Amino acid sequence: MRSRIFAGLLLAAVSAGAAFAQGGPIKLADVAELSGGGATVGNNWKNGIDLAIEEINAKGGLLGRKLEVTHADSQSNPGVARAQVQKALDNEPYVLLGPGYSGSVKVTSPLAAEAGIAQIMGGEAAELTQGGNKFLFRTSFGQQSSMPKVAKYIHDELKAKSVAIVWVNNDFGKGGRDVITKEFAKYNIKIAADISTEAGQADFAADVSKIKAAAPDAVFIYLNEEESARILKELKRQAITVPLVGETTLVGQKVVELAGDAANGARGHVGLTTDAPVDLVKAFREKFVKKYNYVPDHNGLKGYLAIYMIKATTEKMGKVDAKRFADTLHGLTIKAASEPGILMDVTFDEKGDIDRQGFLVEIVEGKQVVKQVLPKLN
Amino acid sequence: MSNLLDLLVAGLATGAIYALVAVGFTLLWQTSQTINFAQGEFVMLPAFLMLAVMHAGAPFWLAVILGILLSLLLLGLGFKLLLVDPMLRHGVLPLAIATMALAIGMKEAVKQFFSAEASPFPSIVPAGDVSILGRVVSLQSLGVLALAIAVVIGLTLLLNRTSIGHQMQATAQNPTVARIIGVPVERMILLTFLINAFLVALASLLITPIYLAKFSSGEVLGQAAFIAAIVGGFNQVRGAIAGGLLIGVVDNLAAAYVSTQYRAAVPLALLIIIILFRPQGLLGRPEERTV
Repeated sequence: MRSRIFAGLLLAAVSAGAAFAQGGPIKLADVAELSGGGATVGNNWKNGIDLAIEEINAKGGLLGRKLEVTHADSQSNPGVARAQVQKALDNEPYVLLGPGYSGSVKVTSPLAAEAGIAQIMGGEAAELTQGGNKFLFRTSFGQQSSMPKVAKYIHDELKAKSVAIVWVNNDFGKGGRDVITKEFAKYNIKIAADISTEAGQADFAADVSKIKAAAPDAVFIYLNEEESARILKELKRQAITVPLVGETTLVGQKVVELAGDAANGARGHVGLTTDAPVDLVKAFREKFVKKYNYVPDHNGLKGYLAIYMIKATTEKMGKVDAKRFADTLHGLTIKAASEPGILMDVTFDEKGDIDRQGFLVEIVEGKQVVKQVLPKLN
Repeated sequence: MSNLLDLLVAGLATGAIYALVAVGFTLLWQTSQTINFAQGEFVMLPAFLMLAVMHAGAPFWLAVILGILLSLLLLGLGFKLLLVDPMLRHGVLPLAIATMALAIGMKEAVKQFFSAEASPFPSIVPAGDVSILGRVVSLQSLGVLALAIAVVIGLTLLLNRTSIGHQMQATAQNPTVARIIGVPVERMILLTFLINAFLVALASLLITPIYLAKFSSGEVLGQAAFIAAIVGGFNQVRGAIAGGLLIGVVDNLAAAYVSTQYRAAVPLALLIIIILFRPQGLLGRPEERTV
């Protein structure tokens, strides 16, 4: 009799445990640049994630289960990022989020792939999705998508014959520099100066002097946000007046805030901007500003979209299945009409790259002004 | 040639700020044998103090005044009373290590209170350009250079032409004899700490609009100023000034003509050469110590 009661209690306990596991929170792990040179990137990304999770949980969660995320700081250091990702994967998250720096993504993506966990990240280096990793997904355009648009703009609109390139000597910067150099060659645009700078560099006086000496028709700047702000200030200080063109990291909100007047006139291609003439993006911006009291840059959008990518993919599967997640997201088109959190229609290809509309913007009186909308390709 | 002129002007402007910080190094060393490895963080903090005052609603000019006063209090008086005085009696090395700990503590505290992200900081020199010898030079570069040079000249006059300056020099050269002849040694040492706090606050005011306010911004400055002080001569104010200007120019020329990757290595190479062939520094005087 006593053994029957014990067996009954055991069964009840196991059943209760199984039921809890079924209805327990869905665990996500985020590894981001919360301090160090990439703090702007990581903190925007983190805040975007937290906002999306709060929204989804407030509406009853994902398939009836709450989302739960742990944030770990990579300190903007690939070595630390790798250790943090390893630690995060040991806890078997549903999906891994981050990092934002391409160099950190490069060293962490093999770990996630080995664990069979999908990794949704913020890196933009072209090579990240070229290596056949089936578990890696972008939240924004890779350089192979954005650089041709920038080169075309410099050739067609600015009519520049020579360009000085300033790039940051890391995976992100070198990847961008290599792709844009090939694109310039197609248009016979001469490289007047090819200037490599260091991540975290504070003083750009010598680099700008080199640009001045090269006298290019335009300057292409491909640095991280804080360095972009510093070089814009130095370019203004040394009275460089030729067009300054870049990508998202040159014309982001944080750069505008840090560089002040020096950011005026900077132009660039951005995949994501809170100034986009899209109602859902405007609504996102309002919600973000209300919660955090500042205007996010594109990294805030990336973090937010990453969570809605998880939501749309999971709902498509109809269940929480970490092993099938990556397969389901490949080739998936998520429409903003059915999932407003995705903000704009987006399609993921077999490599994890995205197709979405983009924007050409210019900083006018401290604000991003969208000059041209570049439509989604497919 | 014109490029070289631009590089020299920019290098001198940065070097003048290094000189301010390096002078503080040498003053503290001379009067109290304090090697302050938190000197870079001492430059970082005043900008955040000023930002805190501005966030409270004060105008920039008031934030500058209050920031300098708070720096005198915290980085001058507080530093001497709470860290240097208790640690110095245990020797130079424990004090040097304590300043390293202080540097880490200051960085982490600023990160905790202000976030790890960079913040913009207003410039006291207005934006704009002037034409000199046919070259366009920014007012900011000239303003930084002029202000730093004015302070260095003022400090040199204070040390060499005033009674207080002579008393400070006497304290630095031989505190025991200075005490015997009636110099208020303790007060002179405190004055040195206050002068250092003023110099770092000024350096902070000049460099932060360019480097941005960030918890880690003192790392580069502290290292550059330390190298400048050794290269110029750790026991001479004029040596620190020369060292600061030299490092600023060498750093810029190295970035332009060697490579950006190796720019940080060139001042270090200069440091090694100086230590090997002229250990007292370019303008320093040899010191002998008995055991």
